[in-house]
This record gives sequence, structure tokens and C-alpha cells, in this order.
Amino acid sequence: MAKKIVIEPVTRVEGHGKVTIHLDDKGEVAQSRLHIVEFRGFERFVQGRPYWEAPVLVQRLCGICPVSHHLAAAKAVDVIVGAGTGLGLTPTAEKIRRLMHYGQIFQSHTLHFFHLASPDLLFGYDAPPEKRNVIGVALANRELATQAVLMRKYGQELIAATAGKKIHGTGAIPGGVNKSLTIEERDTLLKGRAPLNADHMIVWSQGALAFFKDYYRKNKAFIDGFSKFPSNHLSLVRKDGALDLYHGVLRAIDANGKKILTDVDYQEYLQHIREEVRLWSYMKFPFLKALGKDKGWYRVGPLARMNTVDFIPTPLAQKEFEEFKKATNGKPNDMCMHTHWARLIEVLHAAEVIRNLLLDPDITGTDLVVKGARQSEGIGLLEAPRGTLFHHYRVGANDLIEMANLIVSTTHNNEPMNQAVNYVAKTYMTGQKEITEGMMNAVEIAIRAYDPCLSCATHAYGHMPLEVSLYDVGGNLIAQKRK
Amino acid sequence: MATFVKFTLNGKSCLAEEGQPLVAAAKECGVYIPTLCNYPGIPPKGACRICTVLINGLPATACTTKVVEGMNVQTSTPELEAFRMAVVEILFAEGNHLCPSCEKSGSCELQALAYRYRMTVPRFPYLFPKRDVEAWHPKILKDHNRCIQCKRCIRGIHNEAGQAVFAFGKRGDRVVINIDPETSKTVSDELAQQAMDLCPVGAILRKEKGFDVPIGRRKYDRTPIGSEV
Repeated sequence: MAKKIVIEPVTRVEGHGKVTIHLDDKGEVAQSRLHIVEFRGFERFVQGRPYWEAPVLVQRLCGICPVSHHLAAAKAVDVIVGAGTGLGLTPTAEKIRRLMHYGQIFQSHTLHFFHLASPDLLFGYDAPPEKRNVIGVALANRELATQAVLMRKYGQELIAATAGKKIHGTGAIPGGVNKSLTIEERDTLLKGRAPLNADHMIVWSQGALAFFKDYYRKNKAFIDGFSKFPSNHLSLVRKDGALDLYHGVLRAIDANGKKILTDVDYQEYLQHIREEVRLWSYMKFPFLKALGKDKGWYRVGPLARMNTVDFIPTPLAQKEFEEFKKATNGKPNDMCMHTHWARLIEVLHAAEVIRNLLLDPDITGTDLVVKGARQSEGIGLLEAPRGTLFHHYRVGANDLIEMANLIVSTTHNNEPMNQAVNYVAKTYMTGQKEITEGMMNAVEIAIRAYDPCLSCATHAYGHMPLEVSLYDVGGNLIAQKRK
Repeated sequence: MATFVKFTLNGKSCLAEEGQPLVAAAKECGVYIPTLCNYPGIPPKGACRICTVLINGLPATACTTKVVEGMNVQTSTPELEAFRMAVVEILFAEGNHLCPSCEKSGSCELQALAYRYRMTVPRFPYLFPKRDVEAWHPKILKDHNRCIQCKRCIRGIHNEAGQAVFAFGKRGDRVVINIDPETSKTVSDELAQQAMDLCPVGAILRKEKGFDVPIGRRKYDRTPIGSEV
């Protein structure tokens, strides 16, 4: 008899979603879907507000990486006040924003790897849930847990120093920033008491990578094989092809590494990217216009970035990047669990960038804002921890926002996450009569690798419960499990 | 030469210049009386009532009352403090005050008083009034959602010809304070900034700039309201 399995809530991700898996008469997976079931509507209620409020208002989408929204909106508003796209700011303003952003990358990636993902690695996906959580990590590996907390703290301190507070600051303003670092702030972050200084963070980032690589050596089959499927990849890259998380041009490649979008100006994103609405989810499905809805979907985030960029412009991370590329002989990497590896390479890169920025005299400069001829429309893009983030605003002559379009990182990963769920469902649930805890968590692990922020992506709020329901062919509920 | 009068403030004998508003006299004697609609240098109005004190046992607004010889003033009793908190709560409930995205957050007197009275959430139901953002003026933006109708701007902001830049519109509970299209024609950037600074909340914003005062340097980040007295 045909069945439908529903997993709700999905845990250890940001936001609220559920998974449904339809089984046919033979017990084969007929269809699986990740549904995002909440709605927030920031695009609507930012309308009618003055444009300079956007960076402060829209960041309230999220408490994990609000800096991404703060800066993407600020970059869009820069265009509106005539300050140019991305690189038109004063050196101090651009570097302060970069410091804020890389601080956030550092803290958000750390949070994801240690707090959300590491329990699965340390204890295995079929370990009991009461052990497989961050408290379990703290009890089993005190040193790792301490590092997790202090690395995140360091990133948050960088945000506080540049944005005014750790969550929901106001540092980026139209055409620049409202503060730079004082000498004392810079010195504390650069060479404060260990471990809270830039050099120590680099060492700990290397340690986190070593931890993952050790796990990889022991669990190669799982890391390489779990939820592996080919896809296109998209990200911003610096004009010379380097990894740059704050600014760049849009590049997309296919599963063989062939360029689909060759370094285009993101102000023209509408010519290249479209969004599809499907009735069963509040999260839209973006795709590359040139390839159409069925073939144009792509991954974003750390794994996609490692695939699109040519090199990483900091030496220690570049060395790790070369090792990462060797795993696929330089070809695009489509192994879902390698996202964790890519994420940790970015943690190391962020730590190196942070140290370089703190050593730069511009970081304490006083020239903070530029302004030019007022424009009616602005688009701001950056690479958020979870992937490429688009903010697009149109502003009336009266300075009020008339239109806003946000394409959030997790939204880009909508189809890949659905593919991942489908893969896991087919692998673990085909022909099964009972839903086990391990099977449910396998679904979650596949979704979790993308570090989704479902609340951001749907503009909905709430926690992320997971429910799996099993339906027969007539749509009758046969089994349901919640966690 | 100024004439001084003797009055009693919270049981203590004090001196004040004759004719001085009680709010100012109390401040000179080291006693803080909260205000919202009042502002030094512009005529008092007694609109918000938060400065209500007991004068010879009867409630009266300290901004509009001048000190006279022998006056007995009590500025703080449990009843008065509860009344002031209620005023703050009512003002939050009757408008649309969304502090997280308001530029005046940290420099807003209403917010600062809410912190002073430890208001977590108003006990009165939110009215969620439908109000507009008036954005036609090239230099000033008026967000009616945040306006508490204190009328400071009407009394305190004048153009070069001495005419008020802001004016009343509508009546009763629908009263709004609008930018006067005629008298506001010559508003300079400086006057727009003065209007924003004079507004106790975030109802008047000068245009084009935003959030240029970093967190940590805003008016009440380091010195909570009333702590200067």
C-alpha cells in the first residue's frame, strides 16, 4: 500500500520546516519534499519605510547572521545614495564592513559546525537524541566545546566593535559606516589576552580543520557518499577569481565545471536568475534563466564557493583549498558532507582576513561616508555564511521604499535540499515499514549540511520542529513521528 | 536682580528664582521630574502630564506651574510613579512604536522613560492605529506612527520669518502634526536636524542620513534619562 511519511519538526537548523515522503504500492519512494511552512513577509512590510532604515529593519529577519542582511541592504542603499556598488566607499568604511562580515562568517560557521553539526560526527547519526546534541559534545569533549564557545564569542566581539552590538547593530549606513575602530578596540581584538586574539583564532581554526579531516579519514565512505548528487554551483567571486565574501561578480558553473555565468555584474541579476513559486512551500525556487526551471537550479554556500573560485587569497586557507581540490582532482565537488570541510576552510580564511584587516591602518581611519547622485534602485549582494544573498530595493522620489526583493541563501539551496531529502529517502526508507530515529536523523543530516536558515528564507519566525508522516495512496495517515 | 522664593521640595526647604517653572527649579535643587512634552527654552504646554506632581497635596503639571513662596511640592509617591508609568504605557499602546528599526532608539525620551519605569510590555491593549508616513518634504520626514502629539515641534521650530514649520491637522483623537507646506519651504539642513533632535521620539527625521550616531554614543546609551540630575 502506498504511504506518505512526514518528518516534522526538522531539528538543529534555523527555522521551521517539515519533510514529506510518499511511498508507492511497492514501498519505493515516489516523491519527497522539504516544506517550509512559515511566512514572514519582510519584503512587504519594508515597503513604505525610508530607504536608510532598510539595513537596520531587514536584519531582524535573523538573529544568527543579521550582519548579512544588514550589509546586503547597506550595499543596495549605497547604490541608491550614489556611493557606487561595493567598492565605492572610503577605504575605512569598506574595511570596517569587511571586518564585520568576516567576524560574522567566523561566528556563524563556528556555531554551525560545533553546535549543530558536530554532535552527528562525534556520536553518529543513529546515536540517541539525548546524547546527540551540543550538551553531549560538551560532556564528551570539553576542550572542543570550550573552543566552540570562545570562537563564536570572538566573532561576536568583532561584530560588536564594528556594528555597535553583537546582534542587530547599526554600523553600516548609506554610503559607509558610522564608526571605525578605536586603537584600544583594535588592539584588544588583534592581540588581546589569549585565546581571544586574532592569532589564536587562526590556530584554533586549523585545529577544527584537523578535527574534521581526522574524522574524514576514519569515515571516508560516509562523508564521500552521503547525499552526493551533481548540481550547478553559484557564488560571487572577486574579479580575479579569488574567494571574496563581501563583494564580487556572479559566477555559476555546471556539474563539470563549465561556466554558465561568467563573472557578471550583479546589478543585472534579473537577466540571469528567476524564481519559481510552488504551492506546497513558502520558499521560492530560484533557477538560472538560461537553463530553465528543471535544469537551472544550483547550490550556494561554502561547497559552491569552493567550486566556483579559482583560489583563496590567504596563504593558510589556500593550502587547505588545494588539498580540498585534490579530493576531486580539481573537478567540482558534489559531495554534500564536504560542505562541512569547505565551511571550516572558510573559517580559517576568515580568521586570516580578520588578522590582516586588524593590522591595516585604515581600520582606525576617520573618513567614513561618501555620497553621490541619488538613484531610484539599488541591488546589494554578498556571500552570507550560507551562500549568496540578494537584496534589491526600488525607492520613490519621496525616499520611501516601493519594492523589495530578497533572495536569501537558503532559498537558492531549496532544490538541492529537496534533492538531498530525496536521496536519503530513497536510500534509507525504501521498503521500510517502520520509521526509526536513525532514518529521521539521516534526513536531517542531509538538510543540515546546507546550514539552512529557514526563517530567513521564508521570512517566517519560530523554531524548527520536524515531523514525519506516512500516508497511504488514498492520502490516509498511517504513521507519524514528531521530534 | 532676581528675587528668590522659598518652597518645600520633598520635605526639604529650597530656593528658586521667582516665576521659574517648577521642573527647572527642582532640577536646580537636584530633583528630577520626568518630562516629555516640555523642553527648556520653549513655552510649556502641559500636554503629556508625565511631570505631574503634588502641590500642596493636589496634582498639577510641574512644567506649567511656576514656583511661588511657601509652595509644598512632592515629586515622587508610589501613586505618582504608577501614574507616570501608565502615561508611558498608554503612549506606547496608542501609537505604532517599533524601537528595533527606529533611528531614535537609544536617543528616544519615550523609550528612555520606559526603561526608567521598567516597562516590559504595556498593560493596555495596543490600538495599532492606521497612520501614514509623510515623506513629501525634501528635508524632513514625519512618521505619524511614532508621534505622541507633544507639540514640541510646533512650539520650537520656526523658519527665518519666525513662523512655525509644523502645524495641527484634524481634531480629537485623530489629531496629527503635519509639516506646513508654506512655512517649511525654506527649511535648512540645520533646522531639519534641530527638528529631529527636538522631537522626543522618532516622529521627525531629517532625510537622506540615517543612523549616523553609533550605538554607544547615543543620548541615553551611557547616561539613562534623569541621571544627570
